[in-house]
Amino acid sequence: MDFTFTEEQQLFRNSTRRFLDEQYAFEKRAGILEQPHGYQESHWQNFAELGWLAMPFAEQYDGLGGSPIETMILMEEMGRSLLTSPYLATVVLGGEIVAAAGSEEQKSALLPQVGAGELKLALAFAEQGGGYDLTQIRLRATKNETGYLLEGSKTTVFHAGVADKIIVAARNAGRAGEREGVSLFLLDPDAAGLQARSYRTQDGGSASDLEFKAVQVPEEALLGQEGQGFVPLQWVIAKAAVALCAEAVGTMWAISEQSGDFLRTREQFGQKLGSFQALQHRLVDVYMKCQLSQSLVYDAVCGLDQEADQQGGKPFGPELMRKICAAKYQVGLDARSVGQEGIQFHGAMGMMTELPIGHYYKRITAINSTFGDPRFHLRRYRELMRQDQDKAA
Amino acid sequence: MDMKFSAEAEAFRDEVGNFVADNLPDDIRHKVAQEEMILPREMMVRWHKILGQKGWSCPSWPKTHGGAGWSDEQHYLFEREIALSDAPRPIPYGVVMLAPCLLEFGTQAQQEKFLPGILSGDELWCQGFSEPNAGSDLASLQCRAVAEGDSYIINGSKTWTSEAHIADGMFGLFRTDSSGRKQQGITFLMIDMKTPGISVTPLMTFEGTHEVNQVFFDNVRVPFANRIGEENQGWSIAKYLLGLERFGTAEVGRSLASLARLKKLAAALAVDEGRLSDDPDFMSEVARAEIALRALEVTEQRFLFGPGGSDAMGAEASMLKIRGTEIQQDILELTHQALGYAGQRGQDSRPVLQIAGITSGKAAMAHFNFRKTSIYAGSNEIQKTIIAKAVLGL
Repeated sequence: MDFTFTEEQQLFRNSTRRFLDEQYAFEKRAGILEQPHGYQESHWQNFAELGWLAMPFAEQYDGLGGSPIETMILMEEMGRSLLTSPYLATVVLGGEIVAAAGSEEQKSALLPQVGAGELKLALAFAEQGGGYDLTQIRLRATKNETGYLLEGSKTTVFHAGVADKIIVAARNAGRAGEREGVSLFLLDPDAAGLQARSYRTQDGGSASDLEFKAVQVPEEALLGQEGQGFVPLQWVIAKAAVALCAEAVGTMWAISEQSGDFLRTREQFGQKLGSFQALQHRLVDVYMKCQLSQSLVYDAVCGLDQEADQQGGKPFGPELMRKICAAKYQVGLDARSVGQEGIQFHGAMGMMTELPIGHYYKRITAINSTFGDPRFHLRRYRELMRQDQDKAA
Repeated sequence: MDMKFSAEAEAFRDEVGNFVADNLPDDIRHKVAQEEMILPREMMVRWHKILGQKGWSCPSWPKTHGGAGWSDEQHYLFEREIALSDAPRPIPYGVVMLAPCLLEFGTQAQQEKFLPGILSGDELWCQGFSEPNAGSDLASLQCRAVAEGDSYIINGSKTWTSEAHIADGMFGLFRTDSSGRKQQGITFLMIDMKTPGISVTPLMTFEGTHEVNQVFFDNVRVPFANRIGEENQGWSIAKYLLGLERFGTAEVGRSLASLARLKKLAAALAVDEGRLSDDPDFMSEVARAEIALRALEVTEQRFLFGPGGSDAMGAEASMLKIRGTEIQQDILELTHQALGYAGQRGQDSRPVLQIAGITSGKAAMAHFNFRKTSIYAGSNEIQKTIIAKAVLGL
């Protein structure tokens, strides 16, 4: 058992932090959010040079062969710096689903471009009214002579507005709620019949609602096998959920540190705020939540790391799923609490848009409503616990 | 980063598990599984001697004094296996607290005189720290030791003294000087409990157990030879002692065992048409506790096996105590709650209701008794203040 990072991982964190500290100091945030889709497009090539975009992919696809540990490091740092970018959409969702579900040919064609910063992706999976349940896919894919006809809609497709390709989860058989009959398709955003409405999100990001009105795609648009899309989709969303937990932990540590700085310097009643025990103990609670959440992210990341070799091939075990649900539940709950405490510590200043604290809180709130909120993951955890107990009995 | 133990470490873990399975007497296991923290002296000593035959009764001591010479991983896994198997906790006061102080600050004569009895388990100790007016504010203690000839004469009292009624000796802190800062003027002494002038009065805790006592000193004579360190240097020894515990303070293994009992109970308890384990509200509480416990477990592992190893652990250890006790209390309370009406039965009420190994009166007792854990060994509020100052710089 060993919780130390390798030298390469340390260097990767250092280079990531250096870049983000220089380019994403909080004073620059307002300007960046005014850019189209709320991010600095000119940095995308820097991301590629820093290795971020090729990190998780296998070397045969010009990737760096990084593990979930590298993704965790990157996401923590992005959380700390409140980075807005299509990284999650392109790499963690889009690239990973290609890697998990795509054919050799598709992977060879797409992943090197993703890694080089030449191709942005988006993954359309959620549907209005489907909640966080990945099986709630109604968008229909009907096979015909020229390929498939897509009919239906998708919601909250992160950074679809800047994507060069969109991967959409559709149903070629069965009904909403079933795992079987889910297929993945790769299509151009300007495909005939596809209407996109892009909007900005609360956390400064960007997303789209997509309407598929008789969108005809060729057979080659199928990513992987027909009807075999659910397992890779579940795998990728689970990994992405852990990545978001890491991002949340990055925000939590930043809030903890910034709140500590504030309590150590701000004076009221002739003394530092940090001298009041009512506040001391609350900052300790925040600190403990950072540590505990960090631990659950490590737990899930190490679990992913151990099962990484069966990427997308078969469903991963309930034990790993439990670790992921535990992390998404507890980190979500603790990040929310830490964010709220951070605002409270700063008093009226905590409400000001000129301070990072509210921006962290908005990001945390968005993270909590992505891939399942704490309530959703506690329920799933409870169900998995039950299955485990029934099996033992 | 790798959360797996080496094959070697796993083999050691299995060795410990098998040894306990083969050697832990049923009557002792039963008491521990009923969440009784303090066992009768006979049971404590019997188990200590069983471990002693294997050379495992005082594993953290240096090998030259009868310790096991283990790695951090081995210490961790040993504590964990012992706890998971419902074997008794190590004898706290002699083995875990006094012995390291003797080894660090004691003379060779003192080591030769006192360590063998602790190692063999034939001499039990208690700890004289708290006083009626010195609880969390330990340094304000007033029990006086006045030098006279070759001895100190002690007058005053100590309270909340666990196991004083079964102990052979007491180590403790006594006031030898009141002129300076209160942390100065404290001296660390070892006292034979049979010395004339000592009287032990039982204090009953509200769940009805006798664990703690008040100890009165009326002109009790303690030879200088029983002083550890110099006169008025006791506070630094106490600080050393309080910083000692690195393995097992979070009691993760114990809580895992308690949680497994709770789940079995929920699966066995008939409620309405089904079982308590069918109740999503109750089981969400169980799930929440299990997740909190896992977070604590990994946090403890991170502190022990992170950069710098266990030696790098400082005031962070306080959070293991805080969360460890909170989670333990939570699980034992849930266990009591699960029993519903049956949870109201007294400890001696007949007929005894036993479901899935949980006995009605005992579950109540455990719930109530473990309220002490967030108070003892530095209350959780004291621990938070330690973190605020030492880690957060407030």
